[in-house]
Amino acid sequence: MTDLAADLAPTPGQTIGPFFHYALPYAHDRELVPPGRAGAVRLHGHVYDGAGNGVPDALVEIRHADPSGAVPAVEGSIRREGGAFTGWGRSTTDRTGRYWFSTLEPGPTRAGGAACFAVTVFARGLLNRLFTRVYVPGDDAALAAEPLLAGLPADERTRLVAVREPGGDLWFDVHLQGERETVFLSFPRHRDCT
Amino acid sequence: MESQELISKEIADLQDSRPGLGQPLLDFAPYRSAVLRHPTKDPRPADPEGAELVAPVFGHSDVDPLEADLTIQSGQSGGEPIGERIVVTGRVVDGDGRPVRGQLVEIWQANAAGRYVHQRDQHPAPIDPHFTGLGRCLTDDDGGYRFTTIKPGPYPWRNHRNAWRPAHIHFSLFGTDFTQRLITQMYFPGDPLFALDPIYQSITDEAARARLVASYDHHLSEHEWLLGYRWDIVLTGSHATYVEPEDGDDD
Repeated sequence: MTDLAADLAPTPGQTIGPFFHYALPYAHDRELVPPGRAGAVRLHGHVYDGAGNGVPDALVEIRHADPSGAVPAVEGSIRREGGAFTGWGRSTTDRTGRYWFSTLEPGPTRAGGAACFAVTVFARGLLNRLFTRVYVPGDDAALAAEPLLAGLPADERTRLVAVREPGGDLWFDVHLQGERETVFLSFPRHRDCT
Repeated sequence: MESQELISKEIADLQDSRPGLGQPLLDFAPYRSAVLRHPTKDPRPADPEGAELVAPVFGHSDVDPLEADLTIQSGQSGGEPIGERIVVTGRVVDGDGRPVRGQLVEIWQANAAGRYVHQRDQHPAPIDPHFTGLGRCLTDDDGGYRFTTIKPGPYPWRNHRNAWRPAHIHFSLFGTDFTQRLITQMYFPGDPLFALDPIYQSITDEAARARLVASYDHHLSEHEWLLGYRWDIVLTGSHATYVEPEDGDDD
């Protein structure tokens, strides 16, 4: 403990490796609400590597507000027994690199803000976690006013906004590398330690 | 397959050209799987907001206290896993030294022979029918966590010829805000494989690498029962009360 007091430098990350599938996934991990329930929307897509191949051993986690814009702080994400909306979920990718979540569509967490999902991505071959956001399409004024998006070139801005599918679901691909590389984020306190 | 000598040369070159990095260099080609899986652009600075400021919450309805003991997972058969029984314990604190209370810690690991219970693990070492190698717990009010387990063995992988991972336990951690999410690996002191391992060596700062290595602590060892290791984890700082410093601000 004396070590800790003297040195609060953050513990480094390491890759999730190839063998997490028997440990981190659990029943209904990607079902923040049961598929088919009123108001349920599917957020799905693929994780791709720099050659355009699906990454079959990635893990995607999301954290987001409920439709009213409130961020739930309630337990139950693992057992999912009480039926409370916890605003957090976890999805492995399948052999094609596809992930999916069944959830409620987030509302903006502040007046005039743009609604989004906070996302972390892990994978074998990826030495540390990546953060990004998936913005909900539709409110063009809010998206245009969003500080992060406003600071990006048009193509990168477009790629941080999910695509609304004809059935109402949301599509968002993660590109770890390449021409369509996803915009990944760093937050102020991350920069204490690089 | 390439030789350890070639991989070690690449590691040394990158540590010379990119010294002092406290987090892994994502573009670390000696770890061959990283080549097509690292972003080429620097991450974009963003101010956290909304859900990013609130970590997911886990509680006793999510985690059974028995999940912290990996030596009792064989259920009805009641058999014990083979290997060196150990306890791994420590604290989870944030970048300001505050304990992370009541938060989820998940671990997974190989068995004493270096074999995972995973269909993709083809290492011809025995599966232990009494060991799954996965555990969960919630931190206590001091940020403390504690797992009873079996010391994992090192194992071969196919990064290059005669490649071996140092023995490690995977850790998955949450803080008080979403931006503190961390997945990492804990290693054991004195492992002769450290210098050869491109995953461990992707952190080019030696002191930072050392933060991934547990300490043997004889006070944690228990008479005629198990050996004790201590490993503390420091997450990045929380943004929940963070104010971006302004130019000219004295503080």
